[in-house]
Amino acid sequence: MPSAIEVRGLVKEYGPVVAVRGITFSVPEGSVFAFLGPNGAGKTTTTEILEGLRRASQGEVQVLGRDPWTEGRALHVETGVIPQDFHFFEKITAREAVEYYSALFHVRPKVDDLLARVALSDKADARFDTLSGGQKQKLGLALALVNDPRICFLDEPTTGLDPHARRAIWEVIRKLREEGRTVFLTTHYLEEAELLADRVAIIHRGRIIAEGSPGEIIQAHGGPERLVVAGGPAVVEFFRRQEGLAPTTRDGQVEIPIRSKEEGLGYLDALRSSGIPWGGFTVERDTLEDVFVRLVGRMDDGVLKSEGEA
Amino acid sequence: MNGRRIAADLKITARGYLRNPVALFFALVFPLILILLFGLIFSGGSGGPVTIYTQNFDHQSPASQAFLSALNNTSAVRIQLVSTSVGNLSTYLGQNGYAVGLVVPAGFGANYTHGVPVHVTLFTNPQAASSAGIALGAVQGVANAFNLAVACPPLKDCQLVSIANQNVGSNVYTYIDYLIPGLIGFSILTSPMFSMVDVTSSYRKEGLFRQLSLTPLTRAEWLTSRILWYILLTFLSAAIMLGIGLGIFGAHVTVSLDILPFLILGPFFFVALGMVAGSAARTPETAAVIGNIVTFPMMFLTGTFFPVSEFPPALQLVARVLPLYYVIDGMNQVMLFGNLRAAGIDLLVILAASIVVFVLAIVLFRWRDE
Repeated sequence: MPSAIEVRGLVKEYGPVVAVRGITFSVPEGSVFAFLGPNGAGKTTTTEILEGLRRASQGEVQVLGRDPWTEGRALHVETGVIPQDFHFFEKITAREAVEYYSALFHVRPKVDDLLARVALSDKADARFDTLSGGQKQKLGLALALVNDPRICFLDEPTTGLDPHARRAIWEVIRKLREEGRTVFLTTHYLEEAELLADRVAIIHRGRIIAEGSPGEIIQAHGGPERLVVAGGPAVVEFFRRQEGLAPTTRDGQVEIPIRSKEEGLGYLDALRSSGIPWGGFTVERDTLEDVFVRLVGRMDDGVLKSEGEA
Repeated sequence: MNGRRIAADLKITARGYLRNPVALFFALVFPLILILLFGLIFSGGSGGPVTIYTQNFDHQSPASQAFLSALNNTSAVRIQLVSTSVGNLSTYLGQNGYAVGLVVPAGFGANYTHGVPVHVTLFTNPQAASSAGIALGAVQGVANAFNLAVACPPLKDCQLVSIANQNVGSNVYTYIDYLIPGLIGFSILTSPMFSMVDVTSSYRKEGLFRQLSLTPLTRAEWLTSRILWYILLTFLSAAIMLGIGLGIFGAHVTVSLDILPFLILGPFFFVALGMVAGSAARTPETAAVIGNIVTFPMMFLTGTFFPVSEFPPALQLVARVLPLYYVIDGMNQVMLFGNLRAAGIDLLVILAASIVVFVLAIVLFRWRDE
């Protein structure tokens, strides 16, 4: 599959501050790519460079085969963007906004279609300053789709929205993917990335610290699977006495790292034979959030820092 | 430049503007209030008696004395005697900007008593139509009374006292005449300045410019649409001002297409200047301060409310460095003095200033950051 976005060695400096420190990634056409990172990690800077709003200090950036900074005008016909914290003219209605964008892009205004897509039909004639945060974001999404774009850039589209509005935006993003559009999404909601994205890159302090599908990242950076057994101090004591085991306790449960299902079954078998009463068991693995917290935390502790700068 | 996109942007600008009561108030209603207020306060003179500057070459005769005191008694006019030694009354009126004058000729009394027709000469200014009418009515009335007082045989013309009415060559302006170009200038200044400074800085803060930069709309198209909008608003407010001035206050200004260049270049200049002020500041708050610093001196010192010619000489010099002075002076030259040559010079000054500010606006005003 051809790449919709190609980034190699991208660096962005704001005077003495280095916001992006040489990142490389690519986004295949037709996929959803999520850019994850804590606030200030360089997500928005990278996104704005891809959109053509900022100039890269160093490195190579191509979107649909074009340089976004110098060929922005040609590129913007094929891209749709919702910037972070989308704003529009206060006294203009949703319908008028779509008509305005349609005129600018010289396309037939499909107002009702677009507003229905983002579930905003009931607010078609409401002025922008009367819309809620979620409704404003939906209008931003509708405007981003006016020109039937091949790539959509969505910069934290659900930040600050209630769960209902967030789900509505997710639906639209899924639909975009079904239609074969490329979606570049930034978010700091891990759940969102895990649900929607084909590929995820975790950026922290201007560097990509993990990249792949959510599953691959968890595989590569997550801890081993854990057998979690509910039971009292006797259960803890039982596992402590087993050779080579390092059980930990959390919320009154015992957690034992396991390498395979068979290993786990072995421990449960032993526990049953011992006759000690116990409550039940689950097998858990890290979520993307666990991985994220661990990676970012380790880096902040300086463990990865020296590696990264090597 | 693409006309379709400019039209689309003009439409959305107009909609937003017309739905913003504050902007609309300052653009159209505020100058209206000002013209009504200042017009009522300062045009009070027209309510009192009309002063007739009078030369009496027959001051010895009781008849001429009676004629003038009869005029004074009408309470519509007031006789102000002018020495006969000043020479030609018409010239004197012109030099002093007086509207109405009367000459009572030598031998007036003797002729009247002997039944020989005499005529008095009344100088009036067509631009001061109402005072001219009042003065003519009063003089005519008194002359009729004098004519009726003579015993007149039947079928004989007894129009002993007649009136020769002459126009005064010079122009006479009332306050309202200066106020019309002044207040048109005021709205050319204030409505683009206040809103462009705010729009430029707050659109940048809210990311609206970045957003527009992601559409095919160009900066030049956006700027053109704004300039067109403020030219339209200026036409509208000039029409309102002229309507009020001519209709309510009886102003006598020349309405000619020659003021159009000022109604176009004026908003053009101030839209660009507002953008420069808005772009120079980092926050909307600082932008507002810069905007006010630029705007306020021009609001008062450029002939908006009072003619610059009545300023102390030092302030007249200050006025000449403020661009709005040339817009208002140019409109005065066209509408009051009919001096198109002087208006042309004013126009050249504004044109040069507009080019400089427009280039500066294009250089300073960015859709996006590096």
